[in-house]
Amino acid sequence: MNLAQGVQLVSFAILALMTLGAALGVVLLSNIVYSAFLLGGVFISISGIYILLNADFVAAAQILIYVGAVNVLILFAIMLVNKREDFPAVNSGSWSRKGATALVCFGLFALLGTMVLVTPWSLDLSGAIANTVLTIGQHFFSDFLLPFELASILLLIAMVGAIILARRDFIPEKSSKAETETPVLTLPERPRTLASVGSSNKED
Amino acid sequence: MIQLQYCLLLAAALFCIGIYGLITSRNAVRVLMSIEILLNAVNLNLMAFSNFTDPAEIKGQIFTVFVITVAAAEAAVGLAIILAIYRNRNTIDMEQFNLLKW
Repeated sequence: MNLAQGVQLVSFAILALMTLGAALGVVLLSNIVYSAFLLGGVFISISGIYILLNADFVAAAQILIYVGAVNVLILFAIMLVNKREDFPAVNSGSWSRKGATALVCFGLFALLGTMVLVTPWSLDLSGAIANTVLTIGQHFFSDFLLPFELASILLLIAMVGAIILARRDFIPEKSSKAETETPVLTLPERPRTLASVGSSNKED
Repeated sequence: MIQLQYCLLLAAALFCIGIYGLITSRNAVRVLMSIEILLNAVNLNLMAFSNFTDPAEIKGQIFTVFVITVAAAEAAVGLAIILAIYRNRNTIDMEQFNLLKW
């Protein structure tokens, strides 16, 4: 093992520890804002692992899209639903639920780990190519052209759908005497009737 | 020298952490964050296979770009749905999102 391989191994170990620790923090911390910022740490660590795996373009795309768009979107959602509520305890024991879930997840990890370590992978050690952006572009515009265009249409549909879902209903009509009164600086929004929260889960 | 198995084990651990958060979270935004962790674990698998078994024509990276696209669309639509539910029910507790329960 020469110096470069040792540096790669140590970097991978540090990035893996950062990823797992930040992911555990996302799942286990009680404050949701800490979870959102630790999620950014997960994304940046995974981007570093991508760089170790000879994929510079996807690492840059990971940082741009996940840290720059998805994480900021999640932070906006946290601020828009900023309501510090203590969730009421469910009637069956929550610790037994968490214990059973942890047991199932650990079992799944043991299964996957055994599969990974037992399977003889057919490795191809011919070395990485120099210019990944060129190869990715050639794939996008030759044999992956239809999925590429479909992805753009999917993004357009998702943006329009998100705007329609998150839009508030405005009241378009306007009374004539409202012009003379002092303008009230509120959004002209129809008052919503809240659905009955927590009334229908009494029976179970 | 990184082995293929290290990356796959890391992705499996990340996937299991994501599933644990997906099941046990009460906050709806944290459920979306767990889904993002799951998609990142899948991406890590794809990138590892792309580097170690197909380094000449990197099709795993193409698939990763598509998964990132779908994840961005999913995050936008999911957060919009959470905002709509929050305006209707005035809570983000997953235990009280029982509109479709009979």
